[in-house]
Amino acid sequence: MAKITFITQNNIPVVVEGEAGSVMALAVENNIAGIDGDCGGVCSCATCHVHVAQEQFALVGEASEIEKDMLELDDDANEYSRLCCQIDITPALDGLVLTVAG
Amino acid sequence: MKKYQSSDPFKDARVTSGCAHMNDQDDPVTMILRLKDVRKTAHNWKTFQSGATPGRIVIPSEVNIRDTRQIPFEVDPPLHGSFRSLLDPWFKRPLEEHYQETLAQQVNALVDDVLKAESIDVVEDFALCLQSRALTLLLNTDVGEADTWISWGTHVFRSEDDPLDGDKAAILYDYIDEKIKASSPNPEGDLYSVLLAAEVEGKKLTHEEIKGIMILTFAGGRDTVINAVTNTISYFAQHPESLDRLRKEPEIIGRAIEELIRYFTPLTQMGRVVTQDTQVCEHAIKANSRVSLCWASANRDESVFESPNDVILDRKLNPHVSFGFSHHNCLGATHARQIMRVLIETLVAKVGSIDIIDFEENIENLGEFERKVGFRQLNINIHPR
Ligand code: HEM
Ligand code: HEM
Ligand code: FES
Repeated sequence: MAKITFITQNNIPVVVEGEAGSVMALAVENNIAGIDGDCGGVCSCATCHVHVAQEQFALVGEASEIEKDMLELDDDANEYSRLCCQIDITPALDGLVLTVAG
Repeated sequence: MKKYQSSDPFKDARVTSGCAHMNDQDDPVTMILRLKDVRKTAHNWKTFQSGATPGRIVIPSEVNIRDTRQIPFEVDPPLHGSFRSLLDPWFKRPLEEHYQETLAQQVNALVDDVLKAESIDVVEDFALCLQSRALTLLLNTDVGEADTWISWGTHVFRSEDDPLDGDKAAILYDYIDEKIKASSPNPEGDLYSVLLAAEVEGKKLTHEEIKGIMILTFAGGRDTVINAVTNTISYFAQHPESLDRLRKEPEIIGRAIEELIRYFTPLTQMGRVVTQDTQVCEHAIKANSRVSLCWASANRDESVFESPNDVILDRKLNPHVSFGFSHHNCLGATHARQIMRVLIETLVAKVGSIDIIDFEENIENLGEFERKVGFRQLNINIHPR
């Protein structure tokens, strides 16, 4: 079980809880604004872009080459960007804070 | 050769050069073949423009058969973004439960019909009907309209002997003109009424702008959906075990949709007009010439996709560009994905096997390449579970 906080466009934090699966799927289930997950999580749509809090980046780790290539052309990307369909929920993510990009 | 196979004619050119050249009505095109280059070019709208002479970014060029600018397709940022902000919420409606239920009813009824028939042509008797009926949902219009669209046949823009037939395209233009005139502004109504009521950048839309949006929902969503549906049926005909697998593992249906759409890439390429002398993968490209973003080649890029020429139903990392990339990514993708989902779920529930009787492939001639994009005819027998 992990509690994850999403901060959406209007700066409202939403706390949700997940057991397993991807962070994108959890966000979509909870109707987090700005996380659409159009491609279902295969890394082709970039509608699941989040910024990880700097001090927590090690928790989620670096993006893969393929994910980095997607982010490289995203105008809102920074060094703490991830596509959250590529982050699996584990207990280690408890307390994670993600800001929805865009 | 297996009938569902969609080969990769671009491989050698992609690996050795990254680009290729094709002529099209004396307005030649440099085709961009690698995934990274396609993405970068799609993203760089200042140098690679969509808002050129209407029809010029389409290959084969349509400049000689139309003047109406298609919106948002042939508009560049920032105005492009204003149109997308208006249209995006409407085109996300396929995520609503009611939409999905109605779509499921439509597809169920169609599959029941073809299960009763002796044999069918998937293109005319199935994919065209499915596409047309589903489009009534997207436009929020009367389902009876589908009969009119079906009566135009698959080739609404072209006749048998002339691939670029202006007279045939006129049928669609006249139809849309009439519909806009007969509608009145209503934010709760069908797409025509919604657009009549809408504003972009503080201004009401003109008749010509509404026409440019409507035409695109017909043009962009017709051949593409028909190709996706027909290719998918041909795949399951060759792979009954995949139907079994999806029955046992419904959780991979989302990945299977993306993989089939990657593999078949229903829209081969789309052009851009180059605004200044530039380079793509070390090839010089002149201002005012055309490039194409070759989605079909990019989707087989061996430097990104493992076993690119195999259909791997549960492919986990699948950064395909079948729905385009960046600003102009497909507005109809939510609708198209939902069609694929409902189609696959219905086939899995009802169909045991599919036999192919005969077929005629739809081959595009692209300079040195020939690419199969779908079928002109695909005659099958379909058997219940
Ligand atoms: C499997 C089916 C489909 C495929 C593979 C597909 C593919 C594409 C591609 C590759 C583009 C990008 C064009 C570019 O970059 O210039 C695009 C754009 C577009 N498509 Fe689709 N499409 C499909 C279905 C649909 C449907 C059902 C509709 C609407 C009814 C639609 C409407 C559009 C529109 C309006 C655009 C232009 C978006 C813009 O310029 O902002 N498409 N499509
Ligand atoms: C008023 C708008 C449009 C007109 C009049 C038009 C006209 C045509 C014509 C004449 C062809 C046949 C070319 C040939 O067979 O050699 C064609 C093919 C095609 N067009 Fe368009 N087009 C329009 C818009 C679009 C848009 C916006 C898209 C995609 C986003 C699109 C996608 C396609 C595809 C995929 C084919 C190939 C279909 C096939 O052969 O199976 N069209 N179109
Ligand atoms: S959901 Fe499509 S890239 Fe993450």
